[in-house]
Amino acid sequence: MSVKLSTRQVGDVSVVDVAGRITLGEGSSALRDLMRDMVGKGHKKILLNLGDVSYIDSSGIGELVSGFTTVTNNGGEMKLLNLNKRVKDLLQITKLYTVFDVHEDEAGAIRAFA
Amino acid sequence: MRENEHHVPETVERLLDSTLESVESAEELALSVAQRAGFDDDDLMKIGMAVRESMVNAVVHGNRYNDHKKVRFSVSHNGERYTIRIADEGEGFDFNALPDPLAPENLMRTSGRGIFLVRSFMDEFEMRRREPSGTEVTLVKYVVSK
Repeated sequence: MSVKLSTRQVGDVSVVDVAGRITLGEGSSALRDLMRDMVGKGHKKILLNLGDVSYIDSSGIGELVSGFTTVTNNGGEMKLLNLNKRVKDLLQITKLYTVFDVHEDEAGAIRAFA
Repeated sequence: MRENEHHVPETVERLLDSTLESVESAEELALSVAQRAGFDDDDLMKIGMAVRESMVNAVVHGNRYNDHKKVRFSVSHNGERYTIRIADEGEGFDFNALPDPLAPENLMRTSGRGIFLVRSFMDEFEMRRREPSGTEVTLVKYVVSK
């Protein structure tokens, strides 16, 4: 299974539920396209729910960084939700864990947006 | 290590096209041998990712998806060492020019973490230039009881 992306709105926060694999090719490009589309449409508060991500490679990590930069440069905020051990370990190894604002429960993450 | 009495040494070699499908098949092949070698789930994850990153480097950055260039892939274990070799036919690159992905100025780069992750996940990692062209990487994980 490649990546499956679905979006929903919780107040003024856009939640993206990500499932499957964020790897070089279809997975990472789908996430990139969605993030750019959302920013282009004026979404400023984006919460990426990675709870059902089964696999992420360095390309996928690059897309998380790219998304974060794109959103931030457009005056918005991007946060991460529900990291599984694998994703969390990778973000820690790459020293990105403290770059992202990471949350474990959705309500708390929603409240954390300015 | 899993309890497994069938750690029979084996070697598997493939000549692969420069495609993303080859990345998938190399990872699957590497994992099937690693499972038979007795690695646990945590090590399997590390091995799978190290192979994926190395194969992506060979296919994308080395051979640049060129139809005429192949990736030589081999995986073996002898009961003590699990070894993977991946060789491309690309132009090669300056091994000393690899940026440190953990340096503050590189932290927000969208690429450049692949080899760093491979080094992190394997016990030994070596790159060498091939003649007349190309790069070969050797990845080793020790087969030891935990």
